Amino acid sequence: MSQQLLFADIDEAGLATIDVYRRRGGYDIAPKALALTPEELVEQLKTSGLRGRGGAGFSMGMKASFMPKGDMDKYLVCNADESEPGTFKDRELMFKNPHALIEGMVIAAYAAGANRAFIFIRGEYAEVADVLEAAVLEARDAGVLGSLSLVVHRGAGAYICGEETALLDSLEGKRGNPRLKPPFPANQGLYQGPTLINNVETLMTIPYILRMGAEEYARIGVDNSTGTKVVSVSGNVQRPGNYEIELGTPSREIIYGLAGGPPEGREVKLWFPGGSSAPVLTKDDLDLPYDFDTMAKAGSMLGSGAIIVVDDSNSVVDVCLKLAQFYRHESCGKCTPCREGTNWTVKMIERIRAGLATPMDLDIMASVCSRIIGNCLCVLGDAMAMPVGSMIEKFRPEFEAYMEDVRLRVGAEPAEIQGAYAEA
Amino acid sequence: MSLSDDVRRYDGGSRVPGWDDAADLTKDPAQVPDPATTPVPAELRAEIEEYLGRYPDRRSAAIPALFAVQKRYGWCTPEGVEQAACVMRLTPGYLMAVATFYDMLETQPVGRNTVYVCTNISCSLHGADDLLARLQTEVGEDPDFNVRGFECLGACDIAPMASVNGVYVGPIAVDEVDDLVAQLRAGDEPLPAKQLRKRKAAGT
Repeated sequence: MSQQLLFADIDEAGLATIDVYRRRGGYDIAPKALALTPEELVEQLKTSGLRGRGGAGFSMGMKASFMPKGDMDKYLVCNADESEPGTFKDRELMFKNPHALIEGMVIAAYAAGANRAFIFIRGEYAEVADVLEAAVLEARDAGVLGSLSLVVHRGAGAYICGEETALLDSLEGKRGNPRLKPPFPANQGLYQGPTLINNVETLMTIPYILRMGAEEYARIGVDNSTGTKVVSVSGNVQRPGNYEIELGTPSREIIYGLAGGPPEGREVKLWFPGGSSAPVLTKDDLDLPYDFDTMAKAGSMLGSGAIIVVDDSNSVVDVCLKLAQFYRHESCGKCTPCREGTNWTVKMIERIRAGLATPMDLDIMASVCSRIIGNCLCVLGDAMAMPVGSMIEKFRPEFEAYMEDVRLRVGAEPAEIQGAYAEA
Repeated sequence: MSLSDDVRRYDGGSRVPGWDDAADLTKDPAQVPDPATTPVPAELRAEIEEYLGRYPDRRSAAIPALFAVQKRYGWCTPEGVEQAACVMRLTPGYLMAVATFYDMLETQPVGRNTVYVCTNISCSLHGADDLLARLQTEVGEDPDFNVRGFECLGACDIAPMASVNGVYVGPIAVDEVDDLVAQLRAGDEPLPAKQLRKRKAAGT
């Protein structure tokens, strides 16, 4: 852990208040940033190499540069609907240091030309939303918001609202269904106006970048994955929690060095490098550097930076079922491949667990997955299909052994299995 | 194969209550409620009007307004939704369409103590399913409780965990469940030593 930015002294008493935040140098960079032109600011963001911390890893500066110029109502939305299983970094960041987010949003709103800003926070984070609301009031009273209107909007429990266009629909007071893209939010987003949407951690990083200088920031991390990243490590590790790392740190150092690795006598069986939507990696991949491009090259993704570790005491079939059930529950139902595909995948895994499956089911599951990917408005279905597909690919012998084992234990007759197929 | 039982199903296998009831074609379609015949409690009206003022479009206040209804009546009652619709100048049907989409908005009566137990991957690796089962047994048929499994609540660092009336608590050992339920019955703070807000960052 060479360098800490967002997590430096995160537990300092009273950091959530404007006085302590100011004493630590907070709100000093916003006036300087607002003295630049928006174009200069966007250029700085591009130079820093900052990539979105929410999951897609798209260049923050590029995204901001897509905002049209001209006099019109533009919006900035902070995506704080952190619902990706395994991810809990934004929760700790917002709860302990809300003013850093507000300062980042003041600067980002200026760069994007937005006069209205919203923080869309998931409804379950009620304690965090209370802290944020208090911080926004403090900031408004202290005059640091200027003419920006900033509203904390609480969601009501839907994973899909983390998808940017579903988030916009939800914020407009509708059911959270994703929209067809294009048009992208930068052209037609909230209330049909140009909208810049960024993750909490991305926005919060902006003040730190400007304070140290964009070139200096770009020197942290590795090529094309600059800066630090807050990683949420959970599952079978001894010290679960959020750790701020320099991008490019070896994965083993994060999982074993920081988080303590699996309990004594156990070893890593599989791990999700970027939340449950990321295809799984195995213990052979532990020495890969943890950065955007390496994870993509390994066939997975850095995603939201949530590492879930599963040790060898667990069955891959159980993990697969939990995962598929989650996406079935959270599918909004708008696109058929996702709505039906997630449901059928769960049914097939349940059939495996009931001892009524044959190895053919694995091929059917894989084919269902391949028919979901790329065929929906958003990537929720893909987010189930990719990890499930990767588990079948990498752990096929274990799936087959599990099937055989349960089949013998249950003692299902071939006729019974055929009946189950016919009924399904 | 039968329909899976972990998605709540109503008659006819529908996921949405009331969908299998035939529409009464002799009735007029639902309209925006008439303020003259829809009494709205003053505090509820004031709260919803405050939300309306926050957004450029009144529909954006739908979720906050439904939360206000739920806070007042315990769930999104038909009368409460009608009152919110009246203040917001929307049809009750519009608000119900929103309410049925979101997990935290209740469209059926529930107990006032809400306990969401996270049963996603990281928590289930730490025994969340046993925790949920134990809680459900301990609570039994008590109508004061709304105990349910929930998808990832974003607190995998304290797995297995639960959101108890909005307060994040964890890790919860199975033998702490009696204490937790007793505290809730007595109206006390849930497991004060295990609350997330008191937790320091990992590795410090």
